[in-house]
Amino acid sequence: MLPKIIEHLAPAATVETTRRGFLMTAGAAAGALIVGFGSSPVRAAGAGAAAAAAPEPFDAYIKIAEDGTVTVLSSQFDMGQGSYNGLATLVNEELGADWSKITVEGATGDTKLYGNLSWGGAVQGTGGSSSITTSFDRYRKAGAAARMLLTEAAAKEWNLPASEITAKDGVLRHASGPSAGFGEMAAKAAQLPVPKTIPLKGRDDWSLIGNADLRRYDSRAKTDGTHDFTIDVKLPGMLTAVMIHPPKFGATVGSFDASKAKAMKGVVDVVETPRGIAVVGEHMWAALAARDAVAVTWDETKAETRSSAQIMAGYHKAVEQAPQAVARTQGDAAKALAGAAKTVEATFDFPYLAHAAMEPLNAVARMNADGTLEIWGGLQLPGLYQGMVAKAAGIDPSKVVSHIMKTGGGFGRRGTPDGDVIVEAVMIAKAIGYKAPVKVQWTRENDMRGGRYRPAYVHKLTAGLDSDGNIVAWTHHIVGQSIVAGTPFQGLIQNGIDQTSVEGASNLPYAIPNMQVGLTTMKVGVPPLWWRAVGSTHTAYATEAFLDQVAAEAGKDPLQLRLALLKDHPRHAAVLKLAAEKAGWGKKLPEGRFMGLAVHESFHSYVAHVAEISMKGGEVKVHRVVAAVDCGTVVNPDTVKAQIEGGTGFGLGAMLAEELTLGTGGVVDQGNYDTYTPLRISAMPKVEVHIVPSTEPPTGVGEPGVPSIGPAVANAIRRATGKPITTLPLTRGMQS
Amino acid sequence: MPKLNINGVDHQVDGPADMPLLWAIRDLVGLTGTKFGCGQALCGACTVHLDGYPTRSCQTFIGDLEGVKITTVEGLGGKVAETVQQVWTDLDVPQCGYCQSGQVMAAVALLTETPKPTDEDIDAALDGNLCRCATYHRIRAGVHEAARRLEA
Ligand code: FES
Ligand code: FES
Repeated sequence: MLPKIIEHLAPAATVETTRRGFLMTAGAAAGALIVGFGSSPVRAAGAGAAAAAAPEPFDAYIKIAEDGTVTVLSSQFDMGQGSYNGLATLVNEELGADWSKITVEGATGDTKLYGNLSWGGAVQGTGGSSSITTSFDRYRKAGAAARMLLTEAAAKEWNLPASEITAKDGVLRHASGPSAGFGEMAAKAAQLPVPKTIPLKGRDDWSLIGNADLRRYDSRAKTDGTHDFTIDVKLPGMLTAVMIHPPKFGATVGSFDASKAKAMKGVVDVVETPRGIAVVGEHMWAALAARDAVAVTWDETKAETRSSAQIMAGYHKAVEQAPQAVARTQGDAAKALAGAAKTVEATFDFPYLAHAAMEPLNAVARMNADGTLEIWGGLQLPGLYQGMVAKAAGIDPSKVVSHIMKTGGGFGRRGTPDGDVIVEAVMIAKAIGYKAPVKVQWTRENDMRGGRYRPAYVHKLTAGLDSDGNIVAWTHHIVGQSIVAGTPFQGLIQNGIDQTSVEGASNLPYAIPNMQVGLTTMKVGVPPLWWRAVGSTHTAYATEAFLDQVAAEAGKDPLQLRLALLKDHPRHAAVLKLAAEKAGWGKKLPEGRFMGLAVHESFHSYVAHVAEISMKGGEVKVHRVVAAVDCGTVVNPDTVKAQIEGGTGFGLGAMLAEELTLGTGGVVDQGNYDTYTPLRISAMPKVEVHIVPSTEPPTGVGEPGVPSIGPAVANAIRRATGKPITTLPLTRGMQS
Repeated sequence: MPKLNINGVDHQVDGPADMPLLWAIRDLVGLTGTKFGCGQALCGACTVHLDGYPTRSCQTFIGDLEGVKITTVEGLGGKVAETVQQVWTDLDVPQCGYCQSGQVMAAVALLTETPKPTDEDIDAALDGNLCRCATYHRIRAGVHEAARRLEA
């Protein structure tokens, strides 16, 4: 997801306001200091008890309560990648609070405060591994401003110069003796005018940013069952709904008979919504047990009825034609190919992939007596959903109050452009006349068959070599669905190129004089979506596996060849060198072991993987993976490592055994984790992560750990067997 | 009405005998640390201990639990559990955290049974516990570290 999204989505007026820059506001609510930067005064200022009672909207970045608790209000959505911890780190680097008293909550409601600056600032959202980038200055400034207000308040109280007062571990102190907790000064600080300039610490003075020993503030709650997710939302009188979705994409409800189901114990209602039939029960099991008793006939007139085999056959035909649109031209690839001493060619097949996050999709909706509509959920694009929810309910968007919940994984799935499950919750609540709050909880099968997959693709690559084995030509044709076509993000398509289809291929860093990268976009009725690392999930594999094959044909070492072609891309070269060195590339390996490597840039971060494998009777075992990452300035080194470890496992699982297929008639074959098979612990290699020290601006790590592991493993397999793997997943690719 | 002994407390629950324990724990008793991931005993998110033995509560039915001591993540206690939870925190094992109640339950059961597990023991014991965030590398390290601390 790229900055272009924003211009498309944002009303011009909103764009305007983001350019005004920071205007600092502060206010008091029930004795708390609330700090934010905004053009409007802080809502809670002087509102006392009323403000304390109103949970939403948040309109600031930091709240400091009388007991010294610091709540960071996050513009960014944490799906497990650790961005909340990152924001807490940025704030506290400047604030000096007691780390054990810091907590983070998702905030929304004011784009001026929470707009994603990496996207231009006019829309709040999480994606493209941008959370730390957009927050780096914003949240440090918020922390610094809060500290300045607190020290100023203490200075007044003690009649001492503010410049001599320190703020550390949540305590304000002056060398002459006086001290006070942040909480004690919060109310007084809230009365003070905000300083006009807010200086930030220099890099050399950082103690939290870059500190590998800092632990995540939220780990404990994630081990004792107290970390609440959307599935755990409890509201008085809340009902639980389960869905019967159409069995094919694009089908709709024809008719249904719920008489049997409605008679079952604990069933409150069975209602039709534009997204399917909802069985509403007193609790999950009441609804679930009745679900099979509902008889539905479907209208399949508009349904996608092709199987994935049929869809792929169409892609294979298309990939042999000229591309519909060209994403990159350089030199004359056709001419250079014609004149090449040798050509190498390969066609790659990539399947649909499901996000399959551990918490099946869910959302909660409640209509209140005062006409406000509250929603709870994993809201990756809260601003967008606010409008959609309002539309579904037929109310003004200003009446929507969003609660951003902690979430059991996302990987892109909680950022659907149509807000599917969120809107569904509202539709159900509306269909039962808003008589009670409703939680809609998808089953695993709903989640697996609910669409929104990483699209399937076919890639064809051709390389031309001169008589010395130098690559003189490179053509790359990608065929597949557009993720953004027909969505509010359509603006990402320019000159027929959906950037999310070609990213990672059209910006190939290798110095090859003649190059063409083309795209053919196919229309298929299977709803697509971004899936952790988006375009790079397939472009990295195609380019890096193919380059390795070309290196073999040219009789060159895959590392040396890459380094030679990366002369103008030192950051790519550096991660590759580091990973290769730490892995012992080129050293003699134990009998039966093979290594492969790959490098890729995604979302402005650079990652290289070296994989060491063995093969036993056609079974591949990945023993060890060494990764190197350059993500600029590192805020939380341990989180960077965790994300690269996790991204490696996520990418490896997909490469090894994940595929989502449509059977005859267009029905999804997989329903649960027995047939759709993410990586399990027994297949997880040992992973080492090395970080390239850098003072470049910080970039993200949520996604960049994914792309290069697949091709690194494939390249190791090719070295073991002499056979390139051109069909994914490997379970299929080993057979073809 | 089936009777359930959960974390040492008896609960009379208003549900049919074939109701999965998972939903009784979550919706009738109100303990939500035990998670729903698949409903088919395929992911381990719903792992509880039945008389100390790790079990998938989504495929265990409340009519069959007469006289069984059920322990959920909220009821964990004792040296092994405390050590595992401390190590999980020290190593920052969780990412989204959704699978981790189940991982912790499985790890505690493993270490109780096998105080010095090998990598193979860990893989075998925890292969039924999916983590879509793929925190496996740290889970393995966490189990080893907990074993080390418990021995010390
Ligand atoms: S929910 Fe019970 S094993 Fe997945
Ligand atoms: S920590 Fe996210 S599923 Fe395991």
